Amino acid sequence: MKAATNLPRRQQLIALDTKSATPSSDRASQLATYLQSGDLVVVNDAATLPAAFQASTPDGKTIELRLVQRRAESEWLCLALGPGTWRDDTDQREAPPAIAPATHLRIGDALTAHVIDVSALSPRLLRIRFHATEVELLSALYRHGTPIQYSYQSRALPLSWLQSPYAGRPWAVEMPSAGRAMTWETIRRLRARGVQIARLTHSAGVSATGLPQLDAYLPLQEHYDIPSETVDAVTACRARKGRVIAVGTSVVRALEGCVHERGQLLPGEGDTQLVLDESFVPVVVDGVLAGLHAPGESHFRLLSAFADPKSLEKAWNCAEHLGFQNHELGDVMLIAPPALLTQGIVMSPMTDALTSIGVSE
Amino acid sequence: MTRDRNAVITGGSKGLGRALAFALGKEGYKLAIIARNPEELASTATELLNAGIEAHAIPGDLGNPSDALRIAALAHQHLGHIDLLIHNASTLGPLPMPALADLDTEDFLQVLQVNLLGPHRLTRAVGGTMLLRGSGTILHISSDAATSPYKGWGAYSAAKIALDHMGRIWAEETKGSGLRFLSIDPGEMNTQMHADAVPEADPTALADPSEVASQIAVLLASQIPSGSRIEASSARARS
Repeated sequence: MKAATNLPRRQQLIALDTKSATPSSDRASQLATYLQSGDLVVVNDAATLPAAFQASTPDGKTIELRLVQRRAESEWLCLALGPGTWRDDTDQREAPPAIAPATHLRIGDALTAHVIDVSALSPRLLRIRFHATEVELLSALYRHGTPIQYSYQSRALPLSWLQSPYAGRPWAVEMPSAGRAMTWETIRRLRARGVQIARLTHSAGVSATGLPQLDAYLPLQEHYDIPSETVDAVTACRARKGRVIAVGTSVVRALEGCVHERGQLLPGEGDTQLVLDESFVPVVVDGVLAGLHAPGESHFRLLSAFADPKSLEKAWNCAEHLGFQNHELGDVMLIAPPALLTQGIVMSPMTDALTSIGVSE
Repeated sequence: MTRDRNAVITGGSKGLGRALAFALGKEGYKLAIIARNPEELASTATELLNAGIEAHAIPGDLGNPSDALRIAALAHQHLGHIDLLIHNASTLGPLPMPALADLDTEDFLQVLQVNLLGPHRLTRAVGGTMLLRGSGTILHISSDAATSPYKGWGAYSAAKIALDHMGRIWAEETKGSGLRFLSIDPGEMNTQMHADAVPEADPTALADPSEVASQIAVLLASQIPSGSRIEASSARARS
């Protein structure tokens, strides 16, 4: 399948009914017609960081660092890459010079850092302390960093192309890209249909490191924040037998990870190490809107928790036959069981804003 | 039920923006204020903090296309959510203000960047979380120059009337979503910007930005429908 490399483009949708195992194709703008009143769509509102940046060592070497995981205030696990740019295949990038603990690093003209320690997983995985407040670090990243991207792209992507339409706190290291389909117009259509929308924030991490032995550990532990109104919305949706649809695997990971690690869906922040595959039985999420992933990819295994691999493969083949495109600017797949509620339920369009009070009140 | 109310104000270090920060801060809003000059911005933020108002300074230039995402990300990081976004920053362009025939088109473009395209970028970057919450107000600070043709005000006026109309179209496109787009013409005020534009004006004949800001705070708290354009001076005259 060809990688989508440009915007704007008319985004396409493959909808897979997991019961009939029948894929159907449509424009992504028609997403709302596949859901119905009483369903709940949960999105990840994390903004995408410019998470890749150049750093120089005291002996004059330049390395590329990519944020991988926030460990504490101004402390991040970072991936070091050798000479080259995103245009080079990550797997073929030359190894970075060995970086010892305590090495001082300079990023741009105003930010310095030092290496706290080197991960046991790989000498390329460094725990780094930035000599700045969190806000100063973010400001420096927006000034000197670029979004993480890979060699299937043909041009340097502007950061604005990698933001979800409802991005808030800058937590994502790579774009939770299924959210691209959730345009303001699609949100309007979903609500007009009686579909509720809830949000959480999840720190979507890197999708590739260039080292197979390190990639085997992905995704690493990721941080999330689930608002109490989202917990309430999920509980209410399940009680009325609506479908809980996760937009992106990061939402699946946050919701299912929370239940898996805390015993039930609870509001607040947490970290998840949950790995989803075909053997995983979701207890909160019924369906998922995701990017297109080829059979064999780790994301394909993850999606196998929601549909059997044969129907997923059928949907993938259908998308490929229709000339769909994949990766972060590409098309999407909705994997969902048929609605239990045959007629849907009648809900007030403002129900999902029940906790919001206008500015004037 | 009480809850946090959070506002982002561009051009928040001086003039009307600074006055709006104090007026809203006294009503309990937590603030992120944006301006190009970091020193002036930090000094205004300190004054707000001294007045017991939580205020975060985010230096940034609305005329710089790459700044909107950073401003939005830092504002969300500081405040969590945003209820009110005030597009107050604007530029007159070259001084003294030239006639259109003498205006370099590149200077015109820079006026549009700050006064029109910057607000579009920032609304796109901030409005989405408001949309998810089903609640939020976006206020465009307009001018009577948007409706009256004054010699020398070509770039500024064209940007302001476009800003007003952009707000009306945002309102149409978000009808029923809980988002509210308003434009307010604050009238002539005793500010640095007014002195730059009309150096010969008598400052004592101009409105005090603090009074205009209090008036705007009252207007914001009322149930004015999305898509409205209000003249603060006539609202003052009526009250």
